[in-house]
Amino acid sequence: MLALSIQNLQKKYQGGFQALSGVTFDVQEGDFFGLLGPNGAGKTTTIGIITSLVTKTGGKVRVFGIDIDDDFPAAKRLIGVVPQEANFSIFEKVQDIVTQQAGYYGIPRREALVRSEKYLKKLGLWEKRHVPAQQLSGGMKRRLMIARGLVHEPKLLILDEPTAGVDVEMRRGMWDFLVELNRQGRTIILTTHYLEEAEQLCNQIAIITRGEIVENTSKRELLRKLNKETFFFDTKNPVSAVMPLENTEFSFMDDGTLVVTKNKSQSMNRILAHLDQQGIVVDSMRNKANRLEELFMEMVE
Amino acid sequence: MMRSNWISFTSIARKEMIRIFRIWLQTLVPPVITISLYFIIFGSFIGSQLGDIDGYDYMAFIAPGLIMMSIITNSYANTVSSFFSTKFQRNIEELLVSPTPNWVMVLGYISGGMTRGLCVGMLVSLVSLLFIRLPLFNVPFTILFALLTSFVFSLAGLINGIFAKKFDDISVIPTFVITPLTYLGGVFYSISLLPDFWRTLSKANPVVYMIGGFRYGFLGITDINVWAGLGMLLLFSVVLFLITLYLLKKGTGVRC
Ligand SMILES: Nc1ncnc2c1ncn2[C@@H]1O[C@H](COP(=O)(O)OP(=O)(O)O)[C@@H](O)[C@H]1O
Ligand SMILES: [Mg+2]
Repeated sequence: MLALSIQNLQKKYQGGFQALSGVTFDVQEGDFFGLLGPNGAGKTTTIGIITSLVTKTGGKVRVFGIDIDDDFPAAKRLIGVVPQEANFSIFEKVQDIVTQQAGYYGIPRREALVRSEKYLKKLGLWEKRHVPAQQLSGGMKRRLMIARGLVHEPKLLILDEPTAGVDVEMRRGMWDFLVELNRQGRTIILTTHYLEEAEQLCNQIAIITRGEIVENTSKRELLRKLNKETFFFDTKNPVSAVMPLENTEFSFMDDGTLVVTKNKSQSMNRILAHLDQQGIVVDSMRNKANRLEELFMEMVE
Repeated sequence: MMRSNWISFTSIARKEMIRIFRIWLQTLVPPVITISLYFIIFGSFIGSQLGDIDGYDYMAFIAPGLIMMSIITNSYANTVSSFFSTKFQRNIEELLVSPTPNWVMVLGYISGGMTRGLCVGMLVSLVSLLFIRLPLFNVPFTILFALLTSFVFSLAGLINGIFAKKFDDISVIPTFVITPLTYLGGVFYSISLLPDFWRTLSKANPVVYMIGGFRYGFLGITDINVWAGLGMLLLFSVVLFLITLYLLKKGTGVRC
């Protein structure tokens, strides 16, 4: 079953900026799905549309088969969301924030109190339950929003850059918590601009940039692609065939340029020696730009 | 589904109550002090110099008007400031991402406006009892006018809150529209005492009917047609409610 299916999603903000131009991806039930992309790529906009905070200007969104245009309330019951920036009232008390949210989902108060206790304890906030939210540290605020997002026990949990600005130790703790949630069968979508985070947590990764999905694949496949580099070899004489070499792919361009794709860890010497044995003389070589790599450079900046 | 909506409503209402009583020094005390001053100045000091109006002394005449004024101002103030601060702190998103229907959300906020409006109205009534003995001529009318007026101004405040983009926006309408309409709405005088031109003009002021009807409930005297007043309040209630729903459906001020 698909936990989420997004087709050709479009968003043009008032003022005319096109934030999403045809975003399409699916998330399988049980996945830990990473939406990876640099700032301004459209991650928050996409999540905004799924959770009704942003109105789409085109496309389809289905949550466990429910089209949000047909029955948004039913879809909302299945989704829990942890936003990028704090969006609770700082004057309200920690437990009130969680029980109120349960109430908005129609959970009776008695049950809401039980659940808020459960999740506040899990997230290490139970001692702070009577404290106004403004007295919490940044990391605690984030955990409060996770507790709030879980209180109606959604099948799909969406977290928007949950570890941005969180210290390393707490990040580890949060990762463990999320992995455990996912192991218990909850589908999780997480946005991030850290490859490392997506790599640690996600089994499926889509990359978004400038409002478009440019890659959507398993983590293994993505890492494999990232681990490769491609070179153009200009040879003295045109080449049309090369003996195979392990972990290396050879192909040819029309003008006789030899294209070599190798694992990063593999030495260039081995390849040159291999070509030399066959009497192929390499005059010069150029590195082919790696689109994914460029993208990650952009994210790190 | 009904049960879910009910729980959702009570959650919003509860949050609004907590807010009103958490900041009671801002929400409950100032209006009571202001209105008490009106009682002392206009009722005692100036009123003692004036003759009766329709058989009631001036203090008794203005008491219902002052109570109504406090209901109007506080119902409006509560929804506009609560809703705007909910937008400002972005915790409106807590409601928006939930399955709570818009009409439940509207009723939830209105329950806050009405709680504050009627609480202050009650406190002001108690204060007035220090100065006068207020008769109660027609209890259902008194209650109906208080409830409906509070409902209407809670809605108006909510609409203001929906449109408000910055803090200034929540005081413009109260300052330039509501306060003048209330002061000119017959709190301090009977419009039948006005010159023709002003009397006719006053009849276009909805607040005149609200205060008129409310005063009728207490004193049994009136300068307007109370049934017209009641009809108008019902009409306003329905129309403003529909406008609010329409705005929320469109996402005005809350969704981008
Ligand atoms: N309310 C808005 N009005 C206009 N443009 C917006 C609005 N919100 C976001 N944008 C623009 O849309 C683009 C995508 O933003 P966002 O979805 O927040 O990206 P991300 O979460 O990936 O950093 C950005 O260029 C941003 O400036
Ligand atoms: Mg973002």
